[in-house]
Amino acid sequence: MNAMQEPTVDLELAKEHGLDETEYQKMLDILGRMPTFTELGVFSVMWSEHCSYKNSIALLKTLPRKGKHLLVEAGEENAGLIDIGDGLAVAFKIESHNHPSAVEPYQGAATGVGGILRDIFSMGARPIAALNSLRFGSLSDPRVRYLFEGVVKGIADYGNCFGVPTVAGEIYFDESYQGNPLVNAMAVGIVKHDQIATATAKETGAAVMLVGSSTGRDGIHGATFASEEISEASEEKRSQVQVGDPFAEKLLLEASLEMIKADLLIGIQDMGAAGITCSTTEMSAKGESGMDIDLERVPMREKGMTPYEVLLSESQERMLVVVKHGRENAVASICDKWDLNCATIGRISDHNKVTIKWHGEVVADIPADTLVLGGGAPVYHREAVRPDYLNAARAFDATTLPEPRDHAEVLRNLLASPNIASKEWVIQQYDHMVRSNTISLPGSDAAVVRIKGTNRALAMKTDCNSRYVYLNPRVGGMIAVAESARNVVCSGGKPVGITNCLNFGNPYKPEIYWQFREAVGGIGTACLALGTPVTGGNVSFYNENPDGAIYPTPVIGMLGVVDDLSHVTTAWFKSPGDLVVLLGHNKGEIGGSEYLKLIHGQVAGDCPTLELDFEGRLQACCLQAIRHGIVASAHDISDGGLAVALAECCFLGPRQLGINASVATDLRADFVLFGEDQSRIILSLKPADLETLQAIAATHNIPVAELGVVTEDSQLMVNDWLNVRTDELKDLHHGAIRAVMDSGAGRSAE
Amino acid sequence: MKFAVIVFPGSNCDHDCYYALKHALKQDVEFVWHKEASLSHYDAIILPGGFSYGDYLRTGAIARFSPVMRAVVEFANAGGIVVGICNGFQVLCEAGLLPGALMRNDSLKFVCKFVNLRVENSDTAFTTLCGPGEILNIPVAHAEGLYYADSVTLESVKRNNQVLFRYTDESGEPNSESNPNGSLDNIAGVMNERGNVMGMMPHPDRCFEEVLTSTDGAKIFGSMVEWLSERT
Repeated sequence: MNAMQEPTVDLELAKEHGLDETEYQKMLDILGRMPTFTELGVFSVMWSEHCSYKNSIALLKTLPRKGKHLLVEAGEENAGLIDIGDGLAVAFKIESHNHPSAVEPYQGAATGVGGILRDIFSMGARPIAALNSLRFGSLSDPRVRYLFEGVVKGIADYGNCFGVPTVAGEIYFDESYQGNPLVNAMAVGIVKHDQIATATAKETGAAVMLVGSSTGRDGIHGATFASEEISEASEEKRSQVQVGDPFAEKLLLEASLEMIKADLLIGIQDMGAAGITCSTTEMSAKGESGMDIDLERVPMREKGMTPYEVLLSESQERMLVVVKHGRENAVASICDKWDLNCATIGRISDHNKVTIKWHGEVVADIPADTLVLGGGAPVYHREAVRPDYLNAARAFDATTLPEPRDHAEVLRNLLASPNIASKEWVIQQYDHMVRSNTISLPGSDAAVVRIKGTNRALAMKTDCNSRYVYLNPRVGGMIAVAESARNVVCSGGKPVGITNCLNFGNPYKPEIYWQFREAVGGIGTACLALGTPVTGGNVSFYNENPDGAIYPTPVIGMLGVVDDLSHVTTAWFKSPGDLVVLLGHNKGEIGGSEYLKLIHGQVAGDCPTLELDFEGRLQACCLQAIRHGIVASAHDISDGGLAVALAECCFLGPRQLGINASVATDLRADFVLFGEDQSRIILSLKPADLETLQAIAATHNIPVAELGVVTEDSQLMVNDWLNVRTDELKDLHHGAIRAVMDSGAGRSAE
Repeated sequence: MKFAVIVFPGSNCDHDCYYALKHALKQDVEFVWHKEASLSHYDAIILPGGFSYGDYLRTGAIARFSPVMRAVVEFANAGGIVVGICNGFQVLCEAGLLPGALMRNDSLKFVCKFVNLRVENSDTAFTTLCGPGEILNIPVAHAEGLYYADSVTLESVKRNNQVLFRYTDESGEPNSESNPNGSLDNIAGVMNERGNVMGMMPHPDRCFEEVLTSTDGAKIFGSMVEWLSERT
């Protein structure tokens, strides 16, 4: 097609593309002329929130992003990279696919998994584990069940076929996510130091090759779509949702790793958001070079595509590689082996511009640096205003709350609540064992995946209690970090770094930006205190539906290293006669708890308090005890409080056990049983090891309180407050979600 | 012993089989690309799990036309030991080397979990290290694992003691609760009449050392090694 036939660019058209007046003017200033229609498309995606982080980057830069084990700084490459010794590094990252999943749950979630896996293997790392973090509206809603079922199947089908174990995750249901579910996918990979690949383009004359699937019209402007609020019109944007092919991804994985191992490449980057546009400009900017691209050489899957469409297509399972001189044939033969397309679409130039030609005619000619984050992309500080709802929430007076008569019934209800109930219905759909590395099966505090050829393992967890963040964005953000680290510690790992996925509403609303600023501040403080730098991640704004924004949901993906396989620890009690102790204090903090929401119908109060110094010492104490070999089980107390945690300790394992626990307190029974006070861990150990534990705890100044002894009789008793059979609790916990989903209700919505 | 692990495009348990044989069983093992035409210098062939060709058509239906499958059939016809695990089982059924077929799970969902298997015939190349009726703890991970055969075939498979494993509960009772996919007669694994070709849906390649929850998978691989050593 002739570029002359394209629409003429003006402010109106730029606005339709999501650029504002200032950005439009900035684009004109950069080019020194009117842009072509294709160029407008390029600017609009590269400066979209999704690609440019324009409303978040200023705050993200305040996060601690340095650490002695970090091999690349956050944002430098496609994923974070941490040195774990033995000549190995771990690449890991979490990313959102919320908007696509809201309109097309199956493909939206599937391509979310595909995208994050490519981020990992484009660094030369073989993915060894996948995790996710999901949020939906109320499970009683048929549309929600349809979204839930579709998202889970999308994640399962993609990961299972690709051959990565999906080992852990978290799923919450809350009305605030009605119409705007969150689908955050995380992947973890391992790479040898000498095989780390980079997303750079340099060496004038080097071939730029496109490897993988052919390019179609799917997903055009997906990045722009992800940068606006979901509305009823969003359903019409289904064509902006990409379609995944996990088999093609598996071939692309093997081919990419072969090319990297054979040292054929200068640089490699996957094509996700904004497709060829993003990969060509980001690689050029990083390498301080340019590219001359002959766009018509791109293998296309349909006829009549325009250069605009080819550049902006988000067709999946594609990689852009810059090939060392003389190694083009070697790349081609690897692609041939794996039955993949491979086309030389251009060359590296020395003019620092990305120049796109279409049958010889220049359709875009833009300095690479002006398009990218860290270069010419806009950076904004937005207005922040503390939201009014916080005053009402803080006015909550816990003492006015009626005390329930039957604590056992409360416990049953909590265990059967979809937020706390077993996610077994989901977990069984994920292949969580492929690659034969999964040591702790899903259900314990964190997933543990061994590293073959060593005696070590990785512990990993995603976490965020968004109700806390809603009630107190700063402390809620801190808790998300602290709790994910605590989970890793309880599994025997030392937390070494995080990736984060920050899901918020519209940043142009001052109350939303305030939530964002506060939460980022909290995350930064906690990461600094716990020694877990931020290695990268993703921001997803505009998570709103016509009724308002979602709860602010900064999901933390925590990575930990288990130094010795003998340190791997699970949550559940092991043997009758073992002593059960509590590390930490009971404070009876009920604000923001699942108990308050589920039983009393309130989201109110402040979130639990968190003292980071205490938290750090608690984690150090627990890890030292585990490494000392005296810990039979370790379980973090979180949603549902002490009662839920004790119940889980009794029934999560292969044996149904019990405990007769005494808690010394002058607090209200329901507050002690169901309060979600932070910095508490339940340990079980041999009675003979108590003194050793006390000695370790004393060095960290952490209180140890004896709760009781593990019993064989499957009875959970706490003071005279609670006396209930654990096998009954297990059935409730186990069957709650399955009962809803197997009723067939999930398929009735569409 | 020298094992071959066949690699189809989309195989994803090839590395697990390789690792189990090499490191847990200390055997000689090589990957064999699906375009290879000869398997003459191996003692046993493993078709691993995964999603050959994406399994977008019926599972295993395309893989069975891979160039290497001609060699697999020749190898089996000459009496060589051939094992198909999960997707490999599906491919062997499609290739006609094993009786019956694998259909979509009755739940219509992928299922990944540990199951109990009762050893139905411990006098085979694949189970010689197992006791009669022994219960093995081995995981399944599949969406198409419902074993089906027409009534005549099923009768002859049972009559000839070709059923090697059944899904059971912990006490060894085959019932519908312990059947993860709706397989006929709770059948989890079968062999051919001659006893040299075996297919099973559960994954012995995922439980061969202490750290992986169960070591029962090593008994299957170990049986093959033992059986082959006695004959060479």
